[in-house]
Amino acid sequence: MIEIKNLTKIFTVAKQKITALDDVSLTVKKGEIFGIIGLSGAGKSTLIRCINMLEKPTAGSIMVDGREITTFKKHELRAARQKIGMIFQHFNLLSSRTVFGNVMFPLEIAKVPHRKAVKRTLELLELVGLTEKAEAYPSQLSGGQKQRVGIARALANNPKLLLSDEATSALDPQTTRSILKLLRDINSKFNLTILLITHDMNVIKEVCDRVAVIDNSRIVEVGDVLNVFAAPGSPVARSFVETVIGKELPTELLQGSGTGDGQTEAVLVRVAFIGASAGEPVISSMIRKYDIAANILYGNIDRIKDIPFGNLTLELSGPSRVLQDAMDYLRSRGLEIEVLNNV
Amino acid sequence: MFDAWLVERLLLATWETVYMVVLSTVFSYLLGLPLGVILVVTSPGHIMENKPINRVLGWIINAVRSIPFIIFLILIIPITRLLVGTYIGTVASIVPLTLAAIPFVARLVETSLKEIEWGLIEAALSMGAGTWSIITKVMLPEAKPSLILGVAITAISLVGYSAMAGIVGGGGLGTLAYYYGYQRYDNSIMWPTVIVLIILVQGVQMLGDNLAQRINKKRG
Ligand SMILES: Nc1ncnc2c1ncn2[C@@H]1O[C@H](COP(=O)(O)OP(=O)(O)OP(=O)(O)O)[C@@H](O)[C@H]1O
Ligand SMILES: [Mg+2]
Repeated sequence: MIEIKNLTKIFTVAKQKITALDDVSLTVKKGEIFGIIGLSGAGKSTLIRCINMLEKPTAGSIMVDGREITTFKKHELRAARQKIGMIFQHFNLLSSRTVFGNVMFPLEIAKVPHRKAVKRTLELLELVGLTEKAEAYPSQLSGGQKQRVGIARALANNPKLLLSDEATSALDPQTTRSILKLLRDINSKFNLTILLITHDMNVIKEVCDRVAVIDNSRIVEVGDVLNVFAAPGSPVARSFVETVIGKELPTELLQGSGTGDGQTEAVLVRVAFIGASAGEPVISSMIRKYDIAANILYGNIDRIKDIPFGNLTLELSGPSRVLQDAMDYLRSRGLEIEVLNNV
Repeated sequence: MFDAWLVERLLLATWETVYMVVLSTVFSYLLGLPLGVILVVTSPGHIMENKPINRVLGWIINAVRSIPFIIFLILIIPITRLLVGTYIGTVASIVPLTLAAIPFVARLVETSLKEIEWGLIEAALSMGAGTWSIITKVMLPEAKPSLILGVAITAISLVGYSAMAGIVGGGGLGTLAYYYGYQRYDNSIMWPTVIVLIILVQGVQMLGDNLAQRINKKRG
């Protein structure tokens, strides 16, 4: 759906060059919910705004639905934008129009005949559950309701792609969940590709199929959400994962553990389970099989898009040779193992 | 003090002033509104960024605005004559009043339109809206309350300017006050004139405030 190649964006402010995107390449598949996460200033908004050319790339190529969007002429770009919906952190609804008028706005722009536009607007209001609020003005709505209007508006012209720039960042956790659920619903209902950016790993966890981590204007990691949660490959990704599953251990624990007396050794490991293996008694069979001691220091289980995802921090102690075998055994059973210290 | 003659003169002059102010307000918006819009959309980073146009327009507007009205009035007598055949009287006054108000209106409109949150324009752009749609469906409707207050300010200023025009034979309350009040030093007409002016200005302001408030209230 989207194919970004070597995208670079440099802002020039008062003769100073700011590189917001540095040689970014990324592919978003049709029908998936793709998340981009990064810290403030990493370049997320710039990236998503390049995709509908609200920001003009300095270099690189962006293919949307098989067409190079960066070289479009004005009228081509306008037509293309009608098929790319966008929702915003601060909703950006017109205060001069009612909910109904706001949703009908993109249809007016697309010159849809009035009767048809009215019908479509009613349909959209129904979809987002705001039929009762049709005559209300945006200022009379809650944040969640405003974002629903934003979503209805973005979907008006049956886009193939929806861009979301921190659409839930101004909402409370519960409202965030309901908006994310709505996004997931429309994703499966219309096979709509969604590209969303966020700085909240919970959002990634709740709705995304795949995720890219952007840091300092560069993509540092791309992968299935589950894999990134199980084995984050970069320090930024790891710290994001930790915000959700709280793997941070007290440093005393990391230092105090590992009392080697020559023959036996202790290691601190982090074990991640995905899917079915989260339900299997892998740990207990390892203990039996290798005759080592395992001390559970921390554990939790969560769901990522309905797939169980478990996370354990263990202190394993036993003869060093056996410990290696035991860990290999866990790996062979499909678990992600990470050694936190090894004294 | 309020004899029939005075009342009649006062009514006529008031009518002339209202006539001048209303027409010159309308005419000045006919040109000032588009100019204000152009000032905004051609400004850096806006939807039709164009440095030369923006600069030149800004410069002309500032130049006209820096001429005191009383001088401007005399300066454009040839234009007034060309347009209405004479430079004396109520109709003729509308020309300098309008021309002087245009740059003023353009700046007022510019200020109103610049208050609009950029996010709204960006949202419209993201939907594929063109320049015309953005101006007519986003910028002007969003700025409506503020634009209405601008109209009130313009009309009030024009009440003042029209009095000045009255001194050089423009008619209306200005001529009345000048002719009887200043040249003949007849105070009996000065005070009623001032009172009518105060009522006019207050009325226009109240009307503007009311309209703007009504819209804001509806929008919540
Ligand atoms: N219009 C602009 N002009 C100049 N610099 C800009 C502009 N937009 C963004 N930048 C700069 O580009 C960098 C990336 O900004 P961007 O808005 O993409 O970050 P972000 O990841 O969306 O951050 P946040 O989470 O705070 O929204 C920042 O250093 C920012 O200052
Ligand atoms: Mg941003």
